[in-house]
Amino acid sequence: MKILVCISKTPDTTAKIAFTDNNTKFDANGVQWIINPYDEWYSLVRAIELKETDPSTVIHLVTVAAADADPIIRKALALGGDEAIRVNADSHDSFYIASQIAEVAKQGGYDLVFTGKETIDYNGSSIGGMVAELLDLPYISLATKFEISANKATVTREIEGGEEVAEANLPLVVSCQKGMAEQRIPNMKGIMGARTKPLKVQEPVAVDPLTAVAGFELPPAKAGVKLVDAENVDELVRLLHEEAKAI
Amino acid sequence: MSVLIFIDTTDGHVKKATLEALSYGSKIAAQMGTVAEGVVLGNVQDDLASLGKYGVTKIHQVTADALSQPDAQVYCKVLAEVATAIGATVIVFSNNLNGKAIAPRLSARLKAGLVSGAVALPDTSNGFVVKKNVFSGKAFANISVTTAVKIISLNPNAYQVIAGEGTATVAAFATSVSAGAIKVTSSSKASGDVPLTEAEVVVSAGRGMKGPENWGMVEDLAKVLHAATACSRPVADAHWRPHHEHVGQTGIAIAPNLYIAIGISGAIQHLAGVNRSKVIVVINKDPEAPFFKAADYGIVGDAFDIVPKFTAAVKKIKGIA
Ligand SMILES: Cc1cc2nc3c(=O)[nH]c(=O)nc-3n(C[C@H](O)[C@H](O)[C@H](O)COP(=O)(O)OP(=O)(O)OC[C@H]3O[C@@H](n4cnc5c(N)ncnc54)[C@H](O)[C@@H]3O)c2cc1C
Ligand SMILES: Nc1ncnc2c1ncn2[C@@H]1O[C@H](COP(=O)(O)O)[C@@H](O)[C@H]1O
Repeated sequence: MKILVCISKTPDTTAKIAFTDNNTKFDANGVQWIINPYDEWYSLVRAIELKETDPSTVIHLVTVAAADADPIIRKALALGGDEAIRVNADSHDSFYIASQIAEVAKQGGYDLVFTGKETIDYNGSSIGGMVAELLDLPYISLATKFEISANKATVTREIEGGEEVAEANLPLVVSCQKGMAEQRIPNMKGIMGARTKPLKVQEPVAVDPLTAVAGFELPPAKAGVKLVDAENVDELVRLLHEEAKAI
Repeated sequence: MSVLIFIDTTDGHVKKATLEALSYGSKIAAQMGTVAEGVVLGNVQDDLASLGKYGVTKIHQVTADALSQPDAQVYCKVLAEVATAIGATVIVFSNNLNGKAIAPRLSARLKAGLVSGAVALPDTSNGFVVKKNVFSGKAFANISVTTAVKIISLNPNAYQVIAGEGTATVAAFATSVSAGAIKVTSSSKASGDVPLTEAEVVVSAGRGMKGPENWGMVEDLAKVLHAATACSRPVADAHWRPHHEHVGQTGIAIAPNLYIAIGISGAIQHLAGVNRSKVIVVINKDPEAPFFKAADYGIVGDAFDIVPKFTAAVKKIKGIA
């Protein structure tokens, strides 16, 4: 089985969010970059587990990013991918990114494409569905469990207020979230091995983006907390009822 | 030219998020001087014509055997047919689970720019610019959509339901799509619970509750408030509460009218999932807990003492015995 795992780079979860150039660009100054947690903890680790069960499995990683994503992709390789492909383009248009991933997927002939649930910076939750459509494949979104037997995948996914189990034959696109696997820390052997694993860089195919970021805004600052005495819970409820009109 | 709104249903009933999407889509139609229409897939028990009061003039209903499985690939093909047939220029989804499964596919199929997680009406004064949530609630981006057809998926609780007068005509739309590749073999739902993403009030608790055996008081408070329950990540990781209650950067992002955080410190990753709540109440015994900085109201004190009193006070105000 050949699996393509989509890897994106995001600011560390504690990064200070600020913008430059008249609020049109994210201020990357001093920002620590990490593998998007959904990609790392859930989709990549689940792919590695599948390879551990069936050693003939091949895992390729793909990222659509400029060269500054190389440390991230090396870290992903250290966790366990076999080789990585970086499509050399810097874009925040989901369709553009999905088109590049779909192109890589077509060339490689994968049985399975894994994405994360969403990127924690642009929060699109869109790439998986777009890739599936571009490849004309079924898509199971927000999966919490993934099992494979022969050619058939059995996937548990979230539904409003519960979960359902769906079956589909490969090839298939799946977006992964919590439940799929547990976070792993790369070990020394993995880190050393990752240095020599292939990281292929290829140029993007020509695609017209469908959207563009016009600018960013920060939410208005909170007015400050109104503290109510612990002996006076009734007063809190009165405020929530009469002032905030939230109860 | 028209605005097409996807009517999302569960167990044959129209979802609350759909009423928001209908109100939102109708407002966009008014802004653009055109009409709003709805599309629903499958049979529905609710009276569809009455959805006219949210501003749609016509509802296209597609019933076909191929739609019996919840398969985004099939749904997308049908929606593309409807959108093309009526010449929709704006298509609106709720940014919920079905929206996330279908809208991106439709975007790729129609080459229609998608803004997912929209929180406001589009600005059409100069192009078509939609404000959306980015950086997990820590910022907004204004996204300019440059294609002829635009798709917006609206965040739950981001737009007010506006009910007026009117009925919609309901018309059958014939499709020839064939069944898809996905087969659902089982599903389970916690019945009676308020789904977290749709809840107007959320009662959430963290490690300060000490153990799963103490959640009774959290559930009691949730019950009197008709609220959904949520929790911090370590609580879900320790299996004190189910995973689907985990809110935050790596869990579910929510934006209820009222979020009550009990015994949660307010780590930045937790705040990322809840900071769009309109009113935040924090109950924590540590006055230095970072959550107080993000709160509107707070009580410094012991949850075990305060939560039962909170429940009693709510009962009093609501006249529940
Ligand atoms: C990459 C990454 C992603 C993460 N994603 C998430 C996420 O999505 N969601 C999330 O929640 N966390 C997330 N975390 C974890 C986060 O950093 C915090 O560790 C976590 O939110 C803390 O949970 P807590 O507030 O329940 O527990 P604690 O930090 O242990 O806080 C417990 C609080 O309870 C209070 N308390 C104790 N006893 C009482 C009492 N009797 N009455 C009242 N108050 C009391 C304490 O004063 C304290 O403030 C993430 C971390 C990382 C690194
Ligand atoms: N630039 C990128 N390169 C590779 N994969 C990506 C990229 N952006 C997003 N993805 C994948 O798509 C998922 C969903 O991203 P998004 O739709 O942007 O929220 C992520 O979790 C990644 O797995």
